[in-house]
Amino acid sequence: MNLLKAELRRLAKRRITRWMLLLVLLLMPTVALVVASNYVKPGPAAQAQAEAAAAAEFERQQVYIEAEVARCEADQAAGTADEMGWPEDCEEIRAWQSSQEEMVEWFMPPAFEFREDFQPMIKVLTALLCLFGFTIGASFVGAEWRTGGMMNLLLWRPRRLQVLGTKLAALVGVLAGLAVVLGALWTGMFWLVAEFRGITDTMTDGAWQSFGLAGLRGLALVLFAGVLGFALASIGRHTALAMGAAIVAFVVGVAGVGIIGGGMLELPFYERWIWSTYVTAWLDGSVELTDWNAPCTPTPNGDCVSPTLEISWQIAGIGMAVLFAVVLIVAMWQMRQRDVA
Amino acid sequence: MTAVVEIHGLRKTYRSLRGGARPALAGFDMTVAAGQVHGFLGPNGSGKTTTLRTLLGLIAANGGEMRLLGRPVPAALPEVAGQVGAIVESPQFFPNFSARDTLSLLATAGGVPKPRIDAVLELVGLRDRARDRVKTYSLGMKQRLAVASALLKQPKLLILDEPANGLDPAGIREMRDLMRRLVSEGMTVLLSSHILGEVQQICDSVTIISAGRRVAAGPVAEVLAAHGTGEIRVRLEAAADHQTAAGILRDAGATVTVHADHLLVHGVDKPAWVTRTLAARDLYVSELHRAEVDLESVFLELTGTTPVPGQHHQVGLPANSEGAGPVAANVGGTHA
Repeated sequence: MNLLKAELRRLAKRRITRWMLLLVLLLMPTVALVVASNYVKPGPAAQAQAEAAAAAEFERQQVYIEAEVARCEADQAAGTADEMGWPEDCEEIRAWQSSQEEMVEWFMPPAFEFREDFQPMIKVLTALLCLFGFTIGASFVGAEWRTGGMMNLLLWRPRRLQVLGTKLAALVGVLAGLAVVLGALWTGMFWLVAEFRGITDTMTDGAWQSFGLAGLRGLALVLFAGVLGFALASIGRHTALAMGAAIVAFVVGVAGVGIIGGGMLELPFYERWIWSTYVTAWLDGSVELTDWNAPCTPTPNGDCVSPTLEISWQIAGIGMAVLFAVVLIVAMWQMRQRDVA
Repeated sequence: MTAVVEIHGLRKTYRSLRGGARPALAGFDMTVAAGQVHGFLGPNGSGKTTTLRTLLGLIAANGGEMRLLGRPVPAALPEVAGQVGAIVESPQFFPNFSARDTLSLLATAGGVPKPRIDAVLELVGLRDRARDRVKTYSLGMKQRLAVASALLKQPKLLILDEPANGLDPAGIREMRDLMRRLVSEGMTVLLSSHILGEVQQICDSVTIISAGRRVAAGPVAEVLAAHGTGEIRVRLEAAADHQTAAGILRDAGATVTVHADHLLVHGVDKPAWVTRTLAARDLYVSELHRAEVDLESVFLELTGTTPVPGQHHQVGLPANSEGAGPVAANVGGTHA
């Protein structure tokens, strides 16, 4: 218990933890403000403005359609209607005209609809916290090794696995706590965005449940990123190893595989070799990959459908769990076996 | 005698892909009695730090037995760690934490009461700089902080690896006084140092290691006596008589080395024999005394690291063993 208390204090005292947290706390309202600036609260003024614009557009469209009908009738009279692609009955052209009510919708300024627009925002916060968790996790153990703090600690607490495990528990606890608090703050911010620049009336219990599940999946991903950074830095005994691995993962694991697998080799469903596909599948529930290079299959309604491959969140979860276990076991084994030189 | 540290036949070989196997300890033995300052001496690369790290569980040994405070280690290390304070090699701390933060975190982890932090800061002279970040500290101040961290848990055994590194002369004296005081209070200090004058002044007993093996051990006076050269330094009134005197003494059976202003006579039991032999030939001695042996000369002799003009001593090898491996080059045998 003493060790856990000490590690929680150590993590909280570290400058990188404080600076990164400050950065996250600054970015959160900044993102919310930028999003808010792109939406307008639907109200009588906006409605009136949209109705006026719709009326003008309706009139303009009506003039255009009347002209088209006239041209159609002229071509029919000349016997060239088929050649020009006009319908048999020129009156059908009038059906192209949209209703004025429909047009009002077009001209209504965009409103932030909490039910529809908050879901992507959960992913934004998840990405931000993953970066935070990975960096803090890597630095928490990497800097300890580099500066000799780990050796000092082992002189006090020689049970190595207990020391590493307690550090990890402190990290996971802090990350989970922060993710929950920041998630609540984030939800509150966008609720306010919706209140002032959109609508909240469409929210239902089911929608809240869906947000809750997305939040839980995001929380799991944040913890996974934190533990991954921690374990990689522990294996390399340096923060730089984890950060380097992350850069390699992005350059090789995303861009490299995309260019070689998709662009050069034209592998079917090459995205399944890109790790970020699984992250997306985990967060979205599933990802459907399409092999655009394969011959498509005609359907009775005249479409031609390319083969697809679905990656579910369960498959993504298994992949992440395997990676999690392997990296953590190697880190623990290294901690137990390697000399502290 | 109660032993607080017992090491028997300790072996450690470092292995790497590039360097292959490099033996660092080859059956090393050491015993440290309770209530003493015990000096642990050896040239660079001789295995001192490896021994201390192995003893403290930071390195896994390849063989041998170790006991700390009567308990077998590393198995019982968690039980005795609270009674052993240690600094191993250069002091290393998180640079952005203050001394107080550093000690406070260790105290929390080890369940040490907070008032002890102020006590050790006062003891090592860091009270007024305790809130400054460690990165602003000099090497000497970091060394003081390291000692403070080792003393924090009020250990029965204090292991200090080069504690005088970076300390100014006043700091070295303070450290010496501190060690004496701690020993007078019942603590045992195992001191690894290169400052042999300090070790000779402060230590009750020593162990000298070379190439991974013990080459001498015991009370300081006994080690010095066992390795005294028996040289007698002789000076005559006129330096011009030194060559004549050397010839007379050689004829009488002594071994003599002539220096610019004195002679060094070997192989003589009693200094009076020199006086009598020379006086019989009308040569009168103006100065005569046994050349005092100090720890440095014993150390250099035992470890084979006496500098030789024109040769560059290689770390890990005794000077007189060019090309030999560190274990094969063990020079002194065991003088336990």
